[in-house]
Amino acid sequence: MGIYLPIAEMSVNVFVLLAMGAAVGFLSGMFGVGGGFLITPLLIFYNIPPAIAVATGANQVIASSFSGALAHLKRGTLDFKLGTVLLIGGIAGSAAGGFVFALLRALGQLDLFISLLYVVFLGTVGGLMLIESVNALRLTKGGVPPALKKSGQHNWIHRLPFKMRFRTSKLFVSVIPVLGIGAGIGFLSAIMGVGGGFIMVPALIYLLKVPTNVVVGTSLFQIVVVSAFTTLVHSSTNQTVDIILALVLMVGGVAGAQYGAKAGQKLRGEQLRALLALLVLAVALRLGFDLFVKPQNLYSLTGVSGLL
Amino acid sequence: MRAATCLAALLLATAFPARAQEPAHPESIQIGLSTDRVAITADFAGADLTIFGALENADPLINRQGRYDVYVVLEGPARPVVVRRKSRVLGMWINTQSETFVNVPMSYSVATTRQPQDITDPNNYRQLSLGANNIYMEPEDKRDSPLTIQEFTDALRDRKQATGLYSDNIGGVQFLSQSLFRATLHLAPNVPVGTHKARAFLFRNGIFIKETSAQLAIVKSGFEQTIYRFATDHGFGYGLFAIGLAMLTGWLGRIVFRKD
Repeated sequence: MGIYLPIAEMSVNVFVLLAMGAAVGFLSGMFGVGGGFLITPLLIFYNIPPAIAVATGANQVIASSFSGALAHLKRGTLDFKLGTVLLIGGIAGSAAGGFVFALLRALGQLDLFISLLYVVFLGTVGGLMLIESVNALRLTKGGVPPALKKSGQHNWIHRLPFKMRFRTSKLFVSVIPVLGIGAGIGFLSAIMGVGGGFIMVPALIYLLKVPTNVVVGTSLFQIVVVSAFTTLVHSSTNQTVDIILALVLMVGGVAGAQYGAKAGQKLRGEQLRALLALLVLAVALRLGFDLFVKPQNLYSLTGVSGLL
Repeated sequence: MRAATCLAALLLATAFPARAQEPAHPESIQIGLSTDRVAITADFAGADLTIFGALENADPLINRQGRYDVYVVLEGPARPVVVRRKSRVLGMWINTQSETFVNVPMSYSVATTRQPQDITDPNNYRQLSLGANNIYMEPEDKRDSPLTIQEFTDALRDRKQATGLYSDNIGGVQFLSQSLFRATLHLAPNVPVGTHKARAFLFRNGIFIKETSAQLAIVKSGFEQTIYRFATDHGFGYGLFAIGLAMLTGWLGRIVFRKD
């Protein structure tokens, strides 16, 4: 059954979209990620113009993250103060990203830039996660319990000025790295159409030493607001948010997420992380492949505004 | 001198009967659309558009021999288009060259009675700028080398054909009776909205006789149009609405599948 997307101005198969949303929802429920990094490339593979895929991806991320953030809010594992500081950086980053996005689109280099960012970030994060989780799996097999870093350990980040106390996270840290992480992720959110959880979570754990139980909730809170802001930036400057596309994906995604969460409970943490790492690497490889292999057609058409 | 006058008279004499015959049988062609608006609805997945037409004052003899040919074109609105070419930079395939064309018909569907080369010769098509290969694509920067412009023009047509926006339906025009014909044109799923122009060309024995045209508006249907207008005219409000919808979906999902 075809469905006409009013903004993308094309007709697509509604079942393919629902399946896509459900598959990504399943994985995001299983791994506790927003799934933006999967949905945007999938939409691009499905011939949705990248500009629309990114903006709509950001919109879709809100639904899954909001649902997750509510759960964490209820459990009290959400640091509002830390989230708000991250947000201030995030909104600045997202605004800058929206500007760069429009500029790249006019230059015809948007697709390249999106692919490059995906390959670099997914490749790095996936690779690091895989190494870390494989090591952890080997350790647990050898009978040695995995050594977790204590939150008391300090690195250079903790010597920066403008310190602030975050009670829920039991943290006393400079606002500079917090704003920086927020801004970087906001920028990526605007250009890649991702929530940025896959970068935010490791950054909070390894750089700021935020306790793991607070990390996911806080990151989800920041993702909801930054994705919402990104959606606004795109809808008011580029008019590339396709609400019908987003809605179909969200419906599939919300349903899939519930089953994914159940499946995730059956697996151990290291196993989950190793699988997620493989998934992230697979997406990076797929996009990298397109970048380096001679395309079937060297020519592409765009309207002057960047859309067709 | 006398010889010359004689020759002129002779020429006139031979020319006149032929010309006198023409007005007696000025074949002409008419087309009618069943609707002047096609609405794209949520389940739109491309469509066939049928145009009916009639020949007037057709010569029955030529008609019996099947020497009347009709060439129907549905041309979409013209918009500027950028054609980009990828080339290898540091091992990666990157858009490097580009060429902007100022007024390119977004779609171009053709239906003909038979193979275009059997209707008339290429010269006639060129003169009438008829057929996807004969539309003039005006480059924005005319100083570029003709070779480059030709390369990008060809690529543009090729891409348009690959996406089904430029299509040919050979045999898509069928005569239902001596004078009545029906043309079937393909509308691609991503057919552009706007005013489309339908034109029908009549050929007799490979000679162009007459042209007629009609207009067709392709519009998004009520709901799709509302969304589109909302998105373009009130981008900020639309964004807020999209956010609200996403939050509502996320919240509903939690309630429906609530486990904790």
